[in-house]
Amino acid sequence: MTDLAALPPIAEPRARSQAWWNAVNAWLLLLPAAVLLVAFTHWPILATIRHSLFITKRNGDEVFVGADSYQAMAADPIFWKALVNNFWFAFGTIPTSIALALIMAVWVNRNMRGRGFLRLAYFTPTVLPMIAVANIWLFFYTPDYGALDQLRGLFGLGRWNWLGDPSTVMGCLIVMVIWKEAGFFMIFYLAALQQLSPDLDEAASIEGASRWYTFRRITFPLLMPTTLFVAINAVINSFKLVDHLVIMTKGGPNNASTLLLYYIYEVAFTFQDSSYAATLTVVLLMLLSAIALLKFGYLDRRIHYQ
Amino acid sequence: MSAIMLSHVSKSWGAMRAVDDISLTADEGSLLVLLGPSGCGKSTTLRLIAGLEEADAGTIAIGGVDVTRLSPADRKISMVFQSYALFPHLSVAENIIFGLRVRRVSRAERDARLRRVADIVGLAHLLDRKPSQLSGGQRQRVALGRAIIAEARVCLMDEPLSNLDAKLRHEMRTEIRALQQRLGMTMVYVTHDQTEAMTMADRVVLMRDGVIEQNGSPEELYNRPATAFTARFIGTPPMNLVRQGDHLIGIRPEHIRIVSGGDHAARVKAVEHLGADSIVLCDIDGQPISVRLDGFSKVQPGVDVRLAWEAGHEHRFDPVSECRLETSARQGRLATSDG
Repeated sequence: MTDLAALPPIAEPRARSQAWWNAVNAWLLLLPAAVLLVAFTHWPILATIRHSLFITKRNGDEVFVGADSYQAMAADPIFWKALVNNFWFAFGTIPTSIALALIMAVWVNRNMRGRGFLRLAYFTPTVLPMIAVANIWLFFYTPDYGALDQLRGLFGLGRWNWLGDPSTVMGCLIVMVIWKEAGFFMIFYLAALQQLSPDLDEAASIEGASRWYTFRRITFPLLMPTTLFVAINAVINSFKLVDHLVIMTKGGPNNASTLLLYYIYEVAFTFQDSSYAATLTVVLLMLLSAIALLKFGYLDRRIHYQ
Repeated sequence: MSAIMLSHVSKSWGAMRAVDDISLTADEGSLLVLLGPSGCGKSTTLRLIAGLEEADAGTIAIGGVDVTRLSPADRKISMVFQSYALFPHLSVAENIIFGLRVRRVSRAERDARLRRVADIVGLAHLLDRKPSQLSGGQRQRVALGRAIIAEARVCLMDEPLSNLDAKLRHEMRTEIRALQQRLGMTMVYVTHDQTEAMTMADRVVLMRDGVIEQNGSPEELYNRPATAFTARFIGTPPMNLVRQGDHLIGIRPEHIRIVSGGDHAARVKAVEHLGADSIVLCDIDGQPISVRLDGFSKVQPGVDVRLAWEAGHEHRFDPVSECRLETSARQGRLATSDG
């Protein structure tokens, strides 16, 4: 460790130098994590914010334009369309997938035959790669020979271009994402349910509480930490969805299924407008930070953690 | 109208007979202790009375009403769990009045009863706390409060003191017993601690492998153990059992004396000083035997001593069946009676 001979003989400077060494040690221990965080999280965020205030000329020169990109964004109807789409997408997927996850978890948490198989079945959509999922659902939604249209055919109904019609494309995406997310969230609920002591249920039943009453007053409040965790994840996921759109709709028709991150992807890599993409990214970042702040600042304090 | 009666009740899980054809009666207003080592079926018996498990055979009656097929709520009982089963997200007050809310008792009555119960269990100043902010003993009191606020005539307790330290356990023991007598509840109390059974019970039911080993007053179990198992289970230290030829003889440690002219040669292995008395652990023909002596014994380990006891203090057991051997018919009836 420290070289004793190099230390001054008097007591006080020696104590000061030890404190200095402690601080150096502490910073060295923090360094690996700090480097990773700065390199891959903090620096890119700052770079993005800076980049959104400049535009890059063809010859590579950067010109400071201030809030021009933001003004352009405010006037961009596709941005607003993507934002509104994203809101409806989140509104359509999050409550339903969480409710379904909770119902499924409560159901498979009981002792019954084939429980392991059921749990596996619910979890399968999560295990599948996104691209495979998108292709499976592409087949369901294909006009004429897709699974949905064949079903319609049985009832004598005509063909319907599910993904090609602006009125149904968002609904189709929402159903698919619910299918994919509910099983994933169920695992968290299942784990939380298994942490709850069966004594609580029994104590409630001795007091005469019905199963619904017990769920409402005991089980559900005790699952709130999980619900919050799952909800935050669901919100973040709803802003992160890109791959399905690339495979299934490319944001169409007429931007009816464009979501914010997909629009950023399009602006950055199809239109090659990196400074406008940075501007949109800053908006996405602010949205996600607001959600994180809401969680840590407000919701965590209102929830009972064991 | 709150006596509990079990007749020929059985419960098995697969091939395991957890409770095997047991019959017992807890008189109204009395405290019955179900005692036994872990896995003997005492907790299962309690859960059968509570209705948390369904009996495979037999009938359970509370206050003369057959409740065998009734749900726990319909049996009008209260219960204290080993884990206390407090609702961690609810305050002490909400935990205690949980059952009243379920039954939609009016707010005024709820508050009045909460005040009364909080005073009884000494929690009046802690009503706004969450269970996680309480000590073990305080949690125990919340569980107790929740059990008595329902004013059920029957209260079931599943090892309620096993999570407390020794001093607190002693305190709560006295308190629970006093409460049971003051409120006149019929209480069934499960424990593996024979001290709790001896100090609290009106009647002790000692169980082993799903069957009743002995059912009687604490005094009966101590002074007249029906089997060698009871003899070995009751008392600290328990009764010495010594094989002499084809006899199995039981003798309480306090009935043995160390005297120079004693009939039995023994060697001292160790001495435990408890203060008021000392336990001298000896070896007699290769069998361990403990002797309780008053005060601070000066006997040294390793020395040879001679032990003596009066023939009247000997308990005789059949060496094969381990049952008590009695000559008089009256004593034989006592040992097998169950209520």
